[in-house]
Amino acid sequence: MKFTDVFLQTATKILAFIIMIYSIYILFAGHHNPGGGFIGGLITASALVLLYIAFDFQSIRDIVPVDFNRLAAIGVIVSVLTGAASFLFDVPFLTQTFDYFDLPALGRTELATAVVFDLGVYMAVIGTTMTIITSISEDQK
Amino acid sequence: MTLLHVAILLPFISVPLIPVLALSFRRIHAGWFAIVVPALLLVIFARYFSFQKPPEPQYASVPWIPSLRIHFSICLDGLSLLFALLISGIGTLVVFYSIFYMSKEREKLHLFYAYLLLFMGAMLGSVLSDNLLALYAFWELTSVASFLLIAFWFHRKRSRYGAQKSMLITMSGGFSMLLGFLMLYAASGTFGIRELIALGGQVSRHGLFIPAMFLILLGAFTKSAQFPFHIWLPDAMEAPTPISAYLHSATMVKAGVYLVARLTPVFGGHPEWFWTVTVVGLLTLLMGSLLAIRQSDLKALLAYSTVSQIGLIMSLLGIGSLALAEAHADRSFLYAGAILAAVFHLINHSIFKGCLFMMIGILDHETGTRDIRRLAGLIHVMPASFTLTAIGAFSMAGLPPFGGFISKEMFFTGALTTWRTMDGFFVWIPIVAWMASVFTFIYCMILIFKVFAGPYEAKPSMRAPHEAPFGMLVSPMILAALVVLLFFLPNAVTPSLLEPAVQTVLPQLFADRPDWHAHLSAWHGLNTELLMTIGIILLGTLLYKYLTTFRNLYDSLPFKLSLNQAYDNGLQAMERYSGKVLRLYMSGSTSHYLSYLFVFLIVVVGGSFAIGRTMTLRLAANATIELYEAMLGLLILAAALFMLFTNSKLVSIIAVSVIGYIVSLFFVILRAPDLALTQLVVETISTTLFLLCFYFLPKVSKFASPPAVRLRNALIAIGVGATLTFIGLATQEHHLFPSISEYYYDSYALAGAKNMVNAILVDFRGFDTMLEIVVLSAAGIGIYTLIKLRHPERDEP
Repeated sequence: MKFTDVFLQTATKILAFIIMIYSIYILFAGHHNPGGGFIGGLITASALVLLYIAFDFQSIRDIVPVDFNRLAAIGVIVSVLTGAASFLFDVPFLTQTFDYFDLPALGRTELATAVVFDLGVYMAVIGTTMTIITSISEDQK
Repeated sequence: MTLLHVAILLPFISVPLIPVLALSFRRIHAGWFAIVVPALLLVIFARYFSFQKPPEPQYASVPWIPSLRIHFSICLDGLSLLFALLISGIGTLVVFYSIFYMSKEREKLHLFYAYLLLFMGAMLGSVLSDNLLALYAFWELTSVASFLLIAFWFHRKRSRYGAQKSMLITMSGGFSMLLGFLMLYAASGTFGIRELIALGGQVSRHGLFIPAMFLILLGAFTKSAQFPFHIWLPDAMEAPTPISAYLHSATMVKAGVYLVARLTPVFGGHPEWFWTVTVVGLLTLLMGSLLAIRQSDLKALLAYSTVSQIGLIMSLLGIGSLALAEAHADRSFLYAGAILAAVFHLINHSIFKGCLFMMIGILDHETGTRDIRRLAGLIHVMPASFTLTAIGAFSMAGLPPFGGFISKEMFFTGALTTWRTMDGFFVWIPIVAWMASVFTFIYCMILIFKVFAGPYEAKPSMRAPHEAPFGMLVSPMILAALVVLLFFLPNAVTPSLLEPAVQTVLPQLFADRPDWHAHLSAWHGLNTELLMTIGIILLGTLLYKYLTTFRNLYDSLPFKLSLNQAYDNGLQAMERYSGKVLRLYMSGSTSHYLSYLFVFLIVVVGGSFAIGRTMTLRLAANATIELYEAMLGLLILAAALFMLFTNSKLVSIIAVSVIGYIVSLFFVILRAPDLALTQLVVETISTTLFLLCFYFLPKVSKFASPPAVRLRNALIAIGVGATLTFIGLATQEHHLFPSISEYYYDSYALAGAKNMVNAILVDFRGFDTMLEIVVLSAAGIGIYTLIKLRHPERDEP
């Protein structure tokens, strides 16, 4: 199914980047503002879906050479491992902690282990959504 | 964690290591890696063993799931040590034997030894656990390992059948045993075996005590292949011979014996226990020995003989349990002799049966057949094998000068004791014992003379047999040597193994008699027992002479009403009927499944509200509905109605997404930005998904289904909507517990996050989120496999 819609493609080239960057912002903003891994992942997925709709499958696969199956698995593993890391400090599974650090250029910044966990959620959500969507849509061919 | 805990965990730890080692060093037989484990275990347990004095009982406990009162507690006393030594000792010999038996080139040895060690750990765990639930866990694990080992040659149909049969029977027995344990817990309030024994008579007055007894016995009988559950053992002979020698003669089938012995202090003395254990044991003894004679497969013969011998041990434990009965308090030490006989025969049986199985394996290995009808005269080509088989078989027949003779005499003593001390009615016990022993004698003679005696003739269909390699003979040689040693020096193990084991089985009896000592001897003088043995030899030889006519009797007898038939038919009927029931409602149509779910919801949830009147509706306390809210609500309604009555698929999809987007507007109004965001994106992506699936959506018009169906669906839809709306409105009024949401207000202090919703998601309730993404990716994998891996031929409609 190769079709060319110049308007859609031109708009997508710009929009996809904006959505992508916004989604990453949402991912990290989640700690203090609306957002988080789940929403961030979904927004990234929607950017990817937009790309898939505007262009053909093969070109997007070349541009974004990510195996979404694997991404989902990595996401789940990251989340579980951040939970398991608690064992090293002899605290219950999935205990999260945070502290404030003075980082160059950023100044006093809060770093939380929850963000790593959220990153796992983010990857799992993108991976799963894209796996479902790509496998269903590829099937029609 | 103590050394004993480590000892139990050692086989489990080595389970993943063995395949790695075996696959990285392919030139070395994997058995050499595996043998380290049982050998190490033997050394560990031998440290607790000394010839002169009884082992010091060891107790150790590690909390496992303390909230459920499951502790990984270990008790190493006389009985446990005996089993632990058998498991590790025979385990070492079996692994050594298997190194020569199992071909390095042809078999998947890395799996073989992994399964074997899994079994070893499970078995050790069952005999060392002091907690009933831990015992149960290990007990079921032995069934799993046994399943894997029986099905080791899974390309054979018989192997798969045997594995399934053994698992179905032992696992259903195990399940009933679990029920029994739970009942015991209800009666006593503890899962600890020692605590249970200490409670004494208190437990037995509880109403669940007798049901618990029978359920637990069911578990023990299925595991130990007692009548009528013995049918799985002959089919389990499809396992490689080292496995048969280890699991299905020396260890796993003894687990039931162990359980009965272990729980004798709890249940012993009750007439129900005595009758069930003794009668089932004697019946199994007789049936097993009768059935063994008609087998033509050597391994099947040994399987039935194992069934019968374990029946013998079981019946002795039954008779011995009378020692705890108050009615027989003055004769209790006579009955204790039966327990002594049981323990001694258990050792003897493990040793001679292990030896015999290994010898049958050698015969099979060297000649390529186990069929008695095709074997003869092997004494001329395999003299060493003959000697070893003869030693094992004579011991099994109970002839001097082999260990089996002493335990058989003690068995007769036990059987005669019941008759002498109670009324004459009990004369059937020694009679059954004697008859079974005659048959035992006959099948032992079959084993020796049919295979080895007579002229040897080379048959073209057979490999040219020759003596087995020396390595293969080492293990049976050691066992055969033990068989002879046990006759001449039976008292070598008396103070260290037999007495402590008997004292463990009957602790109440020996509490005030610490100076009690057992003494075994090969010569008891010319007493009834000896006369019985002489009778066995005479009658047995006579019957053996006329074996063919005697065997024909079997076919005329109604033995055909076979339990195997019942098992097979039962299994088939179960498959057939469950299939029928399943097909009744599994139509493959999603709309059917949804209507089941929704009807259930209406009936159970809605119904319970309607009948119980547990919830009331008070709308006065709700906030007033603003005009714009009402307008949005009406829009949703309109979209839903539009979707119902439109004929175009595309329009329905758009209508559904309109509903979703308006819901996200509601979230904005109700000041839930996180939810609104999520709902927006979810709606976008699901609309895309719908459009992608467009191609697959049913092409038929919605109005094609008959009006009755549509009316039914409409009723279900309205019912579900009404029920859920009611719940949503009514829950506002009902707060059974104080709300926990106040805790989350502190999210900035507790989690360093100003966004409370996200703090809940990733921190406070992170476990939920983790499981959710696991479920999500599992669903993703499910869809992926459904689409990518479906059968190509089903692609075409």
